[in-house]
Amino acid sequence: MAWGSSDSRAAGVLIAPALAGLILFIALPFVLAVGMSFTNLRLGSPLPLEFTGLRQYARVFADVSVQRAFLNNAVFALVVVPVQTALALLLALALNRRVRGMVVLRALFFLPVIFPMSLVAVVWILILAPGPEGMMNSLLSLLSFGHWQPRDFLHDAMWALPAIMLTSIWQGVGFQMVVLLAGLQAIPAQLYEAAAVDGAARWRQFRHVTLPQLRNPLIFVVVVTTILSFRVFDQVRIMTRGGPNDATTTAIFETVRSAFDRAQLAKAAAIAVVFFVVVLLLTLMQKRLLRQQPAPGISGTTERPSDATC
Amino acid sequence: MLKRISLIVLLTLTALCYLAPVALMIIGSLKPDARVLAEAGSWLAFVPEGATLDNYRDVFARVPFERYLLSSLWINAAIVLLGLLVNSFAGYALARLRWPGRKAVLAVVIALLVIPFEAIAVPLFYQLSALGWRDDHAVQIIPFVANPLAIYLFYSFFLALPRELEEAARIDGAGVLRTFFTVIVPNSKPVFATVAIVTLLFYWGIYLWPLLMTTGDHARPLPLAIAMFHTLPPLQWGDIFAFGAMMVVPVLVLFVVLQRWFVRGVATAGIRE
Repeated sequence: MAWGSSDSRAAGVLIAPALAGLILFIALPFVLAVGMSFTNLRLGSPLPLEFTGLRQYARVFADVSVQRAFLNNAVFALVVVPVQTALALLLALALNRRVRGMVVLRALFFLPVIFPMSLVAVVWILILAPGPEGMMNSLLSLLSFGHWQPRDFLHDAMWALPAIMLTSIWQGVGFQMVVLLAGLQAIPAQLYEAAAVDGAARWRQFRHVTLPQLRNPLIFVVVVTTILSFRVFDQVRIMTRGGPNDATTTAIFETVRSAFDRAQLAKAAAIAVVFFVVVLLLTLMQKRLLRQQPAPGISGTTERPSDATC
Repeated sequence: MLKRISLIVLLTLTALCYLAPVALMIIGSLKPDARVLAEAGSWLAFVPEGATLDNYRDVFARVPFERYLLSSLWINAAIVLLGLLVNSFAGYALARLRWPGRKAVLAVVIALLVIPFEAIAVPLFYQLSALGWRDDHAVQIIPFVANPLAIYLFYSFFLALPRELEEAARIDGAGVLRTFFTVIVPNSKPVFATVAIVTLLFYWGIYLWPLLMTTGDHARPLPLAIAMFHTLPPLQWGDIFAFGAMMVVPVLVLFVVLQRWFVRGVATAGIRE
């Protein structure tokens, strides 16, 4: 079944605009980034452009700020990924019920996802305002019966990164909640019924039915959040500008800073390439995990959607 | 029953706490500037006493908000609509037509999926500024029309459509384009909705690219404009929140109207793997 020779011509017309866009605006800049990273390119530099091999990479790996940036990204991922995934799973389980009003509640928890991160960052600057009249400070003071010492979160080397993490979790948790909710709703109800017939308690149902069946959405959510943790930029630029003392700098923040504040294009390109390799490794890991054994099934018969969850 | 009600109550309370920052913004936007900061540390932050629209008026007096809004609307509408056309064409050619090079192009699309925008933002900036192309709307639209994720989503969807749909049209003598528009598109609304929503969610909030690309108010979109407005002296939180409240309205309206599609779109894009 084909349109014969006219197929090729039609296909050419259909694919051309997309292919041109992909090549010009993704492939070419990517090739440029890799190429630039092997040179000494610097805006306004009197030195002639030359091939410098891996020298930029040596510089990047020796740069304390860049080291700190990737460390911050890793810490960000190590904290945000488990916390955000656990919260999203908890919310998804609680909201996965056929009750009136559930749709509204789901929408409310999803709401921050449609807020641009730059707006969220600005609003959280006020929430995290220093002094006892700051909202976060006064909340912590209330919860600790007055034992909390108010601090300037965003200018405190110890608290700035956690503050940005909290902001990010607030904005992002709804996205994962929706993905996991869809995963929960795709679990065949007969699995729960079979488990109930076997007398499995709720916790065991969760452990032996829900979690294994949710394997792929969970892997997706974990890997995507990890990748997003390495892409963090907007919050950092708006809330702390990488400070204080690089306490909140990130890979992308360092790329932009090298390129625009210091005109070190080659170095910026090298950081971007290292960043890309990290993301690539994470993606390959996801593909591998997803290819491994699929969720074990429990056979059953009757159908009824997912009230039994949790 | 009691358990069910208590769960709903508990969830509603959690949702209200969770949305406190949104309430802070909306209520703060209605209060005199000085009181926003002064009352942020107490429950008064959520009391819109003495509400006024002065802050909203101040926003328009201090910056060309309507220009930012129009820029954002125009950029996003163009990216979404052109993107739907270009990427669905590509997805269709890859899924349903036979032509030399099809496999190679598909491999390229899948390979490009892995490249995050942040990795190419700086070189793309230099590539385009070398051509003297910056600080307009087009430079915030054209580079983002062709999108590997969108092509991939269309490709997977079209691949799963039954062949009989096209066969009937072909027997009637319809060409490729006509078949696409009369048979494929009407049967593919979910994937068009998914791609539109996922695209919109990403580009409506895009900050890095306009930060690199725009230098004045001419083509500046909302996400960058709010960040710059926040640093524009004098610091007036009421104005900032009025700006924020206004900038969420367009997507909020879309979200309320198309809520089911939003949730489904994000979920499909998430489950695609």
